[in-house]
This record gives sequence, structure tokens and C-alpha cells, in this order.
Amino acid sequence: MSSVIASRYPAEYSKIEATLPGGSQPWLRLLRAEALKQFSGRGFPSLREEEWRYTNVSGIEKNLFEPRLEPSVHQVDKDWLENYRLADCWQIVLVDGYYSAELSNLEGLPENVTVKSMSKLLEADAGQIEAYFGQAVGIDEHNFVAFNTAWFTDGAFIRIPTKTALDKPMQLLHIVTDPNRLATTRNLVIVESIAQAQLVETYVGTDQSYLSASVTEVFVEQNAELTLYKVQCESEKAYHYGGTYVKQSRDSRFSHHNFAFGGMLARSDIHVDLGHASECNLNGLYLGIKRQHLDNHTRINHLEPHGISREVYKGVLDGRARGVFQGRVVVAEDAQKTDSEMNNSNLLLSNDAEADTKPQLEIYADDVKCAHGVTVGQLDEKSVFYLQSRCVDEETARNMLTFAFANEMVFRITHKSLHDLVLAEVLKRFPQQGITQDWL
Amino acid sequence: MLSIENLHVSVGDKPILKGINLQVKPGEIHAIMGPNGSGKSTLSHVLSGKSGYTVTEGKITYESKDLTEMAPEIRAREGVFLAFQYPVEIPGVSNIYLLKAALNSIRKHQGLPEVDAMDFLTLIKEKVRLLEMDEKFLYRAVNEGFSGGEKKRNEILQMAVLEPKLCILDETDSGLDIDALKVVAEGVNSIRSPDRSFVMITHYQRLLDYIKPDFVHVLAHGQIVKSGGPELALELEDKGYSWVEDKKAA
Ligand SMILES: Nc1ncnc2c1ncn2[C@@H]1O[C@H](COP(=O)(O)OP(=O)(O)OP(=O)(O)O)[C@@H](O)[C@H]1O
Ligand SMILES: [Mg+2]
Repeated sequence: MSSVIASRYPAEYSKIEATLPGGSQPWLRLLRAEALKQFSGRGFPSLREEEWRYTNVSGIEKNLFEPRLEPSVHQVDKDWLENYRLADCWQIVLVDGYYSAELSNLEGLPENVTVKSMSKLLEADAGQIEAYFGQAVGIDEHNFVAFNTAWFTDGAFIRIPTKTALDKPMQLLHIVTDPNRLATTRNLVIVESIAQAQLVETYVGTDQSYLSASVTEVFVEQNAELTLYKVQCESEKAYHYGGTYVKQSRDSRFSHHNFAFGGMLARSDIHVDLGHASECNLNGLYLGIKRQHLDNHTRINHLEPHGISREVYKGVLDGRARGVFQGRVVVAEDAQKTDSEMNNSNLLLSNDAEADTKPQLEIYADDVKCAHGVTVGQLDEKSVFYLQSRCVDEETARNMLTFAFANEMVFRITHKSLHDLVLAEVLKRFPQQGITQDWL
Repeated sequence: MLSIENLHVSVGDKPILKGINLQVKPGEIHAIMGPNGSGKSTLSHVLSGKSGYTVTEGKITYESKDLTEMAPEIRAREGVFLAFQYPVEIPGVSNIYLLKAALNSIRKHQGLPEVDAMDFLTLIKEKVRLLEMDEKFLYRAVNEGFSGGEKKRNEILQMAVLEPKLCILDETDSGLDIDALKVVAEGVNSIRSPDRSFVMITHYQRLLDYIKPDFVHVLAHGQIVKSGGPELALELEDKGYSWVEDKKAA
């Protein structure tokens, strides 16, 4: 009798091992080896793990997604890519897990700002990476992080030096161009003290099945400010894992806007560690149609006093879609005067749609203000009637209310081209006639 | 204009209206008073077509059509307007958009083209001034975060813009201070006309000082137990509802 194999992926590892970047760095070789070992033991997370109990990723084992062994861009459909390039932004394009300088656009970027391919920087000046790599998340988090650590092919390294304020956002555009492709990127973002930046992560791909598994570690240093948007528009056959792990130093501000629209199965992890008097805002909107499964997992760790966190996640689920929200807020013993609010509301548009919501508060300090609320429901019939009594027909009234519910998260976007892109993606998923922007 | 004959309405198995008779002619103002829970709001909801109510007996005729056959939005387009006792907040939909959508639905229903954007703005700004509201309210989400009084004013603003034929005001005066009450009453009076009728539900004579009714009815236990002229409201204020309720029982 042969023993049960937890995953088919480790057996493939030898094919790519030699091509992976950073092989000359003992610390990374060691870390990759540990990650591979851990991953081989249990494979991808299973339903038995508390933080994965709603999300079954075993489909990833049915397909054996294959990484590209070297970068290539000739296969990229440039016209298609244009649809996702945001106007008035710098761009870093990652193709099938590899940084493409050719497709990126960093014209006019201030010289003191560092934007580099992770693989190039690992060759040229690995010390810059070593100082941060694995500091915001370890492989013990779960096996997607371990998988990413062992398998990552490339990624972006971004450093905004102290006192620098970028006057336009930087877009990190992740694309997958082939069916059955595995794209594994690892990114590092460092916003040094008193610096200010906006970053947009966009995920798109061919309309086939593939796996995109990325991890981004973010460091917002003292009194710095970062706004990070994630616009996940993967193909409706794709698997997506995206983990964003943030460390906030004293007095820093971090805002995240998570738009989860694509993927057959998409899981998003946002973890934030808050230092003294730092502030974080997590906003999220997941729109599930057909058989999509969209899982959003957030964790806010208040580690020191006077931190403020605000979290609002909304879900709209139609067809047989399933949305998951797991939001955990942990207030450490030392984190006195923490002020935290979390809210998750879900709108179910069909009888077969499902929302699982699990807010968790763990408070170890005694002088804190923490609130949370969740709702799962249909449209408010009183509101439908109110609109009807103002001459609006019932169907339009329902569409208006649904759209208005989702739009509350969209209008928080201040950058025009990003706002328009997100709005267009929302409207694509609500094909009902007559929805217009004038409602706003 | 409106004729209600022997109207019986239930919610589930529970009878709430038990034989209402009411005739409203063009240009008339009717006040309906009555104790809490007597069925006043139920009557207003049934007239505007809210679901959840069953008409078990009787009929409602509006401009010689059977009102109960029409969907709520059709009633509204035909000129029935309800100013809600508790206006609903609609986050994400702006006041001005709703007003425009409503006005255009009515125009379409009447076979008229959509309202010109400039004309619309002129009209709406005039009404906003009339009700002494800040123009900023137009661009806020419908009733969201409005105070009680602001919500009531907003209802009357909608009414002034849509110019309905039958205006049902459910306790529009409750929760208004005396200045706001005057403004709201002026708003109502400004659209009075020989072919527009009002049914005003109220608990207070105060409103009727500003908007003089032609008839006053007392609704108790789902029936109109007494009708009269404006003097009835004064008498009620003096003696309380038990006076008419007792008289009926006696
Ligand atoms: N959906 C419902 N289900 C059960 N009972 C209801 C429902 N709606 C109304 N009622 C009952 O019908 C009765 C009349 O209610 P209604 O709201 O019409 O009273 P009202 O005269 O408007 O009172 P108020 O002066 O307090 O506004 C009350 O006893 C109320 O509890
Ligand atoms: Mg009432």
C-alpha cells in the first residue's frame, strides 16, 4: 500500500527548481527548502483547517497547473492588455509570474523611488530583499504562503523613500496569458517614514483555467501613508489566491480597497499589524454570480495602544454563488484605547446564493472600543415599495437598490480612471437594463 | 375623484379596516384623525398599493378606475401620492435622481417627452426654495441621515415636484417644530388647486390651523365613527377621542 500523497505539486518541483531566482542566496535557499517541506506534508489548505472551513481548494489538485520556466511576452495580446491599463498611473506588468520591463511604464517616476524585478534584485542586491522578506508573513501562516515561498518565480520590489509623496498611483498589473498556467509572484512594498503612495493591484487573465497565487508583503513605516487597491478580475474559470500582509509602524495610515469580482474560486487574505496610534481602513466588495466562490479573509492585529481600525465589507451574490467573509480583530493586552469597527453585509439575489459570514473579536485589553455587525438578507421590501410609490417600476427599483448597495464601495475610489474601471466591472456583472450612473 | 365603499382590509387573518366609506371630490381637503392603531396608516398604504394587505370586501375607485387592480407605480403615475409617516432611507440613490426618474415616469405615462434638463433644474430649485431647504439635500442619498423634520420636508418636496392629483399625507406634521410646520403647510397650500385633493392624516389641530379642511373624519377601530366640518377637530382636541368612541358604543 502506498502512502497518501498530500499534493501532486512537489513532485514537479525539481523541473523548475534550477530556474527559480535567488538560488545563490543561502537564506532564500533555506527558506524555500523549509517551505517545500512543509507544503509537501499537507498540500494546500483543507476544509479541516478553521480558517479554510468554508473554502474547498481541492480543485487545484485536479489540474496540474504549470509554471512558465522563463519569461516571455510575445504571447501577450497588447490590445486586450490596454483595457486594464489605468490612465494616469505608472505601471508594472507581471506576465505569467514574471516582471516585464518591456510592458511596464515608469516614465517620470522620481529617481529616488525603487521599482525592480524581484529576481533581478536578488542577483544584484539581495540584501535589500532579505531585510524584509518573510517579515510580514511566515510560511507557518498556511500552505498557500508556503507554496508561494517555494514556487515564486518573480515579483515586484517597490520602495518609496522617506518624505517622498507620489503624485499618481502605481499599478501592479498581474496577467496570465495561457490556459493551465501557474503564476506565482512575490512582492515587497516598502513605504518609508512620512512617505505617501497609492498602489493598485489588478489581476486579469485569459478566459481559461489557471492558478494565480501571489503574496505581497507591505511595510508602512512611521507616519507614512499607503492606499492599496486590489481589483481582482480573474477569468471565471480561474483559481486565485492573493495574500496581502501589512505591517504598520507608529502613526502610519493604511487603506485597502478589495474588489473581488473574478475567479471560479478566489481567496483573498488581508492581514494588518497595527503599531502605536496607527490607523487602518479595510473596504471590500465581492460580487458573485453563476457558481463563483469568493472568500475574503481579513485579520486586524492591534498590537499597541491608540490604534484605529475601520472595516466595511459588502457582498452581492446571485445565481449559485457563494461568498465568505471571515473577519478577525485581535486586540492585544497592550493595545489600550483601541478603537475598532467591523461591518459585513450581504445581499442574496437568488435562493441558491449563499453567504457565510464570521466576524471574530478577540480582546485582551480592557480599555477599548470595539463594535461589529453583520447582515445577510434580501433587498428591503420597504425600500422597494418606497421607490414604487415614487413611480419606479418594481424591477427597476430592485436593480437600483442592488446597484446602490454595491456602489457604496465604488464611490470611495477617488482616482478617476480606477473608479471608472471598477464601475464598469460592477456593471458587467449586473446586466439588467437601465442601470445608469445618474443614480448616484 | 376617490370613492371608498365599505372597505374591509386584513393583514393575515387580522381584520384592520372594517367597512370604511369615504368620498373625496376634486379640490377637497379631508382630515382623518383617530387614536393610535386605529388603521389610518393602513388606509394610506392600501390606497398606495403596498403589499401585505388583503381587501376582503368593498371597493376603491379612483377617477372611475378600480384602484386595487393597479400596481403601486401605476397608481403613482396616475397621480396618487403618499407622503409617508416614516419615510424610508435609500442609501446610494440621490434625491435629485429619484425626482427626475419619477417625473419622467409620469411624463412617459402621459405620453410626454422626457423633461428638459435645464427646465428640470429650474423647477426643482424653485421648489427647494419654497420649502426652505438647502440645495445640498438634492445631491444627498434619499433621506439618508436626514433628521425627522428633514425627511418630512423632503416628502413634501417630492409632492410639490410631481404635482399629483390625490395627495395623502400621513402624519406629515408629527415631529415638526412650529416653523417647519408653517413651511410645510405653505408647501401644501402652494399646490392647492380646484382639481387636486388632499387626505391629511393627523393627530393635531395645529396643522389644520394652517391648512383648513373641508371635512374631518374620526377613524377608530377600523371604522369612520364620526364625520363633520372643521369644528369637529376643535371639539376632538377639547374632549379627546374617547368622546366619539364612547358615543359610537352607546
Ligand atoms: N403588517 C401588520 N401586521 C400585523 N398587524 C398590523 C400590520 N400593520 C398594521 N397592523 C396593525 O393594524 C393596526 C392599525 O395600524 P396603523 O399603522 O394603520 O395605525 P395608525 O392609525 O396609523 O396608528 P398611528 O396613529 O400610531 O400611526 C394596529 O393595531 C397595527 O398593529
Ligand atoms: Mg399611522
